[in-house]
Amino acid sequence: MQEVWRAASLLGGDPQADRAVPPSGFTARLTTFTAAAMAFLAVFALALSLATGRLADRWSEELARSSTLRISAPAGQMDAQIGAALEVLRTTPGIAEARPLPPEETRALLEPWFGPDLPVETLPIPQLIAITEEAGGYDATGLRARLQAEVPGAVLDDHTRWREPLVDAATWLRLLGLVALALILASTAAMITLAAQAALAANEQVIRVLRLVGAQDTYIARAFVRRFTLRALGGAVAGAALAALGIAALPSGEAAGGFLTGLGFRGPGWLWPLVVPPFAAVVAFIATRAAALRTLRAQS
Amino acid sequence: MIELQNVAYSYGGGELFSDLSLSLPPGSFHFLTGPSGAGKTTLLKLCYAELKPTAGRVEIFGEDVRGMSRDRVALARRRIGVVHQDCQFLDHLPLAENVALPLTVSGRSDAGTDLEDLLAWVGLSRQANQLPPELSGGERQRAALARAVISSPEIVLADEPTGNIDWDMSQRLLALLVELNRMGKSVLVATHDLQLIRAAKAQVQARVLRLKGRQLVTAGADL
Ligand SMILES: Nc1ncnc2c1ncn2[C@@H]1O[C@H](COP(=O)(O)OP(=O)(O)O)[C@@H](O)[C@H]1O
Ligand SMILES: [Mg+2]
Repeated sequence: MQEVWRAASLLGGDPQADRAVPPSGFTARLTTFTAAAMAFLAVFALALSLATGRLADRWSEELARSSTLRISAPAGQMDAQIGAALEVLRTTPGIAEARPLPPEETRALLEPWFGPDLPVETLPIPQLIAITEEAGGYDATGLRARLQAEVPGAVLDDHTRWREPLVDAATWLRLLGLVALALILASTAAMITLAAQAALAANEQVIRVLRLVGAQDTYIARAFVRRFTLRALGGAVAGAALAALGIAALPSGEAAGGFLTGLGFRGPGWLWPLVVPPFAAVVAFIATRAAALRTLRAQS
Repeated sequence: MIELQNVAYSYGGGELFSDLSLSLPPGSFHFLTGPSGAGKTTLLKLCYAELKPTAGRVEIFGEDVRGMSRDRVALARRRIGVVHQDCQFLDHLPLAENVALPLTVSGRSDAGTDLEDLLAWVGLSRQANQLPPELSGGERQRAALARAVISSPEIVLADEPTGNIDWDMSQRLLALLVELNRMGKSVLVATHDLQLIRAAKAQVQARVLRLKGRQLVTAGADL
């Protein structure tokens, strides 16, 4: 609490301390510009992480909730095997529903390849049983073993085979997004430290005079800290706003393939761009304060 | 208030002085003389902890400067008014703000009329809004004195305060220093202006110390 108060007094407090250091036009604009660029990138990295996170969740959720049982059997045995399979599924814990696909749905599935007039009833195509899982899922290995014993023509596809790489890719992308965020954060801190050090070096005479008339280090640091924090905040507000506008301008809808159009923020996710500027300000505050106090202490 | 015991100082070459002792008790008035390059400025810097002795011990308000943190040094300097030989202003701030700086940095910027009176006294009311680089050497030195005394320090250290000003202004400056001394403040003036020292001796009981042969000797009545 005391720290917070001290931080606040370093920031607000005495605008006189600010006046003690001459304004520096060019470096000030550079700091603001870099903070804006970093905030812009940070908002994009955030959008990417959130979107890939959503994608990973959706894929694993949707795909995990359903599986398919495929039964291939000679025409005469088909009904018997379907019955046996349904019985096995009915008695398997974790399965909410098992539903043989009626011919219309099978036809709809095959239509893209074979056209609408396919006589599915007369063809020896496998019968599909759609399985809906309960939240906890079921034991796929156990079910396979039972099916092998009782319904030799059944193949269980629980979608893990093609779900996993997708979910892995999405999770990996999210991780990359977070790493990018961390790098942006670190670069912001580094850039502000460099700018603060340049300002401290340029104002050596000012610092000497302030010391001579009895200013303590925190007073001198305050002028620099306040200035850089406000610059970073201003730049980051502009950068984050531009990035948010850019993301809002992305075409919406599933038309372009879901992933690309899903890149934006959703609902309360729009609060994330708001978090970026204060965060930039905090980073600037810490970086400048550390740089200033380190430089001042090195002088004694 | 300020005590130097067996102090030596060297900038890296030979020692400027060695085994030097000096005491500035409350209410004292000292002159420090000696040829240019003898180390007057260096000695004053030891007194406000701008430099730390290479040997011996310096105590400011009873505290050994070697053990003082930067913050303690800053607090001690608020009780010592210094007129620097090269003035040391913030060139981007107007004169009035420069003079008030000791108050500003210690959070006592409620000077108001004090500041105006003080500027009037050193004859700089008209220049209050000018920037230090726009002032003459004498004006800068008067401003430096005003800044040194604005926070009513207990000790005033002045390094060649009359170096750039005419005799009339030197007299007024001396009168202010004497007045401060009568109010109980210790004053140490480094100067090679013997005329000023003679004028002071008529008004105040002042000790004259001379830096000579790496030692501090008391100058006799030969002045
Ligand atoms: N920062 C410094 N580094 C090295 N030598 C210095 C420094 N300041 C002063 N000196 C030397 O120390 C000696 C004393 O200087 P100073 O104290 O300014 O004398 P004074 O004020 O009596 O003229 C001079 O020879 C000067 O060249
Ligand atoms: Mg000198």
